[in-house]
Amino acid sequence: MAQETSSKTKKSSGRTVRLRVHRQDGPHAPETKRVEEFEIDWHPQMNVISALMEVQRNPVTVEGKTVAPIVWESVCLEEVCGSCTMLVNGKVRQSCTALIDLLSPNGEVVDLAPMSKFPLVRDLQVDRARMFDDLKKVKAWIQLDGTHELGPGPRQSPENQEEAYPLSRCMTCGCCMEACPQVHEGSNFIGPAAISQVRLFNLHPSGKMHAAERLETLMGEGGVADCGKAQNCVEVCPKEIPLVDSIAQVSRQATKQMLFGWLLK
Amino acid sequence: MAKAASTTTESGKVRRVIVVGGGLAGLTTVIKLCEAGVPVDLFSLVPVKRSHSVCAQGGINASVNTKGEGDSPKVHLEETVYGGDFLANQPPVKGMADAAPGIVFMLDRMGVPFNRTSEGLLDFRRFGGTLFHRTAFAGATTGQQLLYALDEQVRRYETVDVEDDKGIIVRGEKMVRKFEFWDFLSIIQDDEGRARGIVAQDLKSMQIESFPGDAVCLATGGPGIVFGRSTNSVINTGTAAGSVYRQGACYANGEAIQVHPTAIPGADKLRLISESARGEGGRVWVPKDPKEKRRGKDVPEKDREYFLEDKYPGYGNLVPRDIASRELFLKCFHENKGVFNSKSGKNELEVYLDLTHIPEPTLRRKLAGILEIYEKFVGEDPYHNPMRVFPAVHYSMGGLWVDFEKSADGGLVKGSPRNQSTNIEGLYAAGECDYQYHGANRLGANSLLSCIYAGLVTGPAMATYRANLAKSSWDLSSSLFDKAEKREQQNYDAILKMDGGENPYVIHKELGDTMLRDVTIERHNGTLEKVLEKIGEYEDRYQKIGVTDTSPRANQGAQFVRHLKNMLVIARVIATGAKNRDESRGAHFKPEFKTRDDANWLRTTMALYKEDGSRSEVNFVRALDYNLCGKPLHVTDEVDISLVTPRARKYEQAGAASAAATNTKADGADGKASGKEAGASA
Ligand SMILES: Cc1cc2nc3c(=O)[nH]c(=O)nc-3n(C[C@H](O)[C@H](O)[C@H](O)COP(=O)(O)OP(=O)(O)OC[C@H]3O[C@@H](n4cnc5c(N)ncnc54)[C@H](O)[C@@H]3O)c2cc1C
Ligand code: SF4
Ligand code: SF4
Repeated sequence: MAQETSSKTKKSSGRTVRLRVHRQDGPHAPETKRVEEFEIDWHPQMNVISALMEVQRNPVTVEGKTVAPIVWESVCLEEVCGSCTMLVNGKVRQSCTALIDLLSPNGEVVDLAPMSKFPLVRDLQVDRARMFDDLKKVKAWIQLDGTHELGPGPRQSPENQEEAYPLSRCMTCGCCMEACPQVHEGSNFIGPAAISQVRLFNLHPSGKMHAAERLETLMGEGGVADCGKAQNCVEVCPKEIPLVDSIAQVSRQATKQMLFGWLLK
Repeated sequence: MAKAASTTTESGKVRRVIVVGGGLAGLTTVIKLCEAGVPVDLFSLVPVKRSHSVCAQGGINASVNTKGEGDSPKVHLEETVYGGDFLANQPPVKGMADAAPGIVFMLDRMGVPFNRTSEGLLDFRRFGGTLFHRTAFAGATTGQQLLYALDEQVRRYETVDVEDDKGIIVRGEKMVRKFEFWDFLSIIQDDEGRARGIVAQDLKSMQIESFPGDAVCLATGGPGIVFGRSTNSVINTGTAAGSVYRQGACYANGEAIQVHPTAIPGADKLRLISESARGEGGRVWVPKDPKEKRRGKDVPEKDREYFLEDKYPGYGNLVPRDIASRELFLKCFHENKGVFNSKSGKNELEVYLDLTHIPEPTLRRKLAGILEIYEKFVGEDPYHNPMRVFPAVHYSMGGLWVDFEKSADGGLVKGSPRNQSTNIEGLYAAGECDYQYHGANRLGANSLLSCIYAGLVTGPAMATYRANLAKSSWDLSSSLFDKAEKREQQNYDAILKMDGGENPYVIHKELGDTMLRDVTIERHNGTLEKVLEKIGEYEDRYQKIGVTDTSPRANQGAQFVRHLKNMLVIARVIATGAKNRDESRGAHFKPEFKTRDDANWLRTTMALYKEDGSRSEVNFVRALDYNLCGKPLHVTDEVDISLVTPRARKYEQAGAASAAATNTKADGADGKASGKEAGASA
């Protein structure tokens, strides 16, 4: 399939792109904290990931020093796996959809840093394990009896599907956590993503049956009441999940549960 | 005997099995194992929720027949093997087609937000290679939604306690232990060659460790990254399959690589625009005038050439992918009629995929996920502008060879330890990394299905195998595991010491460019010879790699070097298989051998690994002997065509793909026509 390859190693258009990367070898190696700059050839449809890939092929800084290739996380490159979250020019987002032409139309330096609310792994990679653990805490699943054949699931209106589907697109990317002022080292606020998952499962006809258990975990410390309603989360969510609505809804469900829980049981 | 099968050892250790890979296939396998009471260690390169399955867009097939069209598993079976140009063994395909409605219902019960009809029932759309509405979907991010549902069920098992054989809870032990950010390195084999566990590496601490397992399943996905850029995720290097192939597992039909007709050209990835776009009515065209200067949306109807609809009135824009891709290639590459770019004065390798005639609300409800991708990466509004697309490497029909046991009704024997077993006893394979279900060309929306079905089959097969195991891996000498660990540690240390002048990412790029150019839509023997020579050169250059990163933490560079080795090995399997198969069948197309040749090539390509110094070699075999549960088994490369007789494919004719099951009078449906005319459409 004779498709031309767009990224050549030799300078072609003359236009270049500068990346400034905040690096560190590991969480316990603060002495290795450094900023390195790389200059690479521009290519069409360039995004932050394809720029980082160029650096891999030639990991030499602007000072001409050969360094270790940059470490970052990525999988799907189409904003659906949630891996490649980082701070691009200070703003938390997926780096695969961060198009160089939009970030740096006139050759501005593109600044890349790891998220700050999660433990660092190395360079641009952080450890988001807590988000997956939180999904366990809130029992973000349907209590399936088994995979044996039982015919179709409960009938659902298209409206119900249309409410559930957007919530179900949360890819655990952590943008909302990074942006939320209530999520920080000194707090154990569970954060918007897990709360929104509670809304999702409490919405489902079978999921509803275990709504109380889910709400239980969100009623104590670090639960839904810790949200400060800053609404930062919803602004950064790449999947445009209505997080503030979710928090309000779950908050109402929790209040109801608190007031009448013993009656509902 | 009973001792080996007991859940805990005398000292209270839990005997587990191992599943590598947490895409749809791996997760389903895990769920089935847990339901059978078998505790599992699950390994994955990335958090399983980020597995490549998340990319799947269009949907999953099941002949639920909610539109009153007379669809049935029988039709599904026939269209699948017809679409695959008859290279698939039919019993597993039958098993899959029969199970499909149940699978979609199970997913529905798990909470997948499938689109609904006005009655609240599951909605189905059309996909390629069929005239029936058979594809269930959740917007245009179906894979994501299915993966999440299975991921949630597995997460639940992470909180479920292990019980011993008396039903007493084993403290601190859960049914599933996840090892995420771990790289599978190799299996551990005992003296009889049986798989007894694995060696893996923690990708954060870079620590190498061995893990016993009474059986091992690889569900590690496809090798798309061998082609450099494809529609695949960057982690799809095929390294795990390559590694067990080097340990003696057979690799089958490697040459069967699917090129998807409609993707967005890109520098890092060729992003897919799902077939569901055409399933919902999208039309493919080029301007009649090759020097057309107007923008796509300004070109009036009369000046457009709908070349798929013209040539294949029967299936139109929904001809199978192999045919659609060849037609696009023909238009752009040979006829030079791709979309004209007045800036460069060139005809680009692009055609239009047009949805603009469909009302925007419908598109938003059904296709928003993919249109969002187009909008974000191309920066153009696909609701009002025809999209520009070109073919891209997408899927591997080939993969690890796996066995099956046929039942009296022509499907699979439930729970047989032969199902999904590789030729290495105790090693199973499921999902895109196996070769089982799609022949020489996969139909759209059949992969999610085959992955889940394979998982549903593999779990019980492993459970049976484990119950019949004479001696558990936990009762073997620990030196077996120590030795394997040490071997892998040495391999890794050797990589860290590589200090030559070659950059592994550059070698990979060249490999990808070569494979993409010469081993995809059209294959010529002369060129393939050169490709093989080049792969040899890359293998030589591999020895001269310099590793600039020797950090003990999250060393992605060193990891990539290891993956590159396996990519080179798999590339050779693909290219050699392509060179050997002197015919055209499904996605494998040779202009020098335009027809399908059933007399000589209606057989599985079975490859075993050989080594010659630093270069790899492929040893093709016609038969294999292997042992399973104390029984010697003999298998050959003959394809089981017991259910649908091979005939020439004729997508020009509506209903040709389902003619036998629906008793339509279409040419060749009586099974008498030979394969002579196949490929003529190419
Ligand atoms: C863009 C796109 C769209 C698609 N759309 C559809 C569709 O609409 N319908 C359809 O039917 N099919 C579709 N497909 C195909 C389908 O998505 C895949 O074939 C399928 O998801 C593969 O699933 P899997 O479980 O086999 O493997 P994957 O989902 O690829 O998972 C592989 C797993 O193995 C792990 N792994 C791999 N190597 C190692 C290692 N060395 N060590 C440890 N773990 C490892 C990975 O971490 C991952 O967890 C699409 C494919 C693409 C690329
Ligand atoms: S609205 Fe709540 S969850 Fe969202 S950013 Fe603000 S405090 Fe955090
Ligand atoms: S809610 Fe949005 S921002 Fe938060 S993790 Fe999910 S997808 Fe990311």
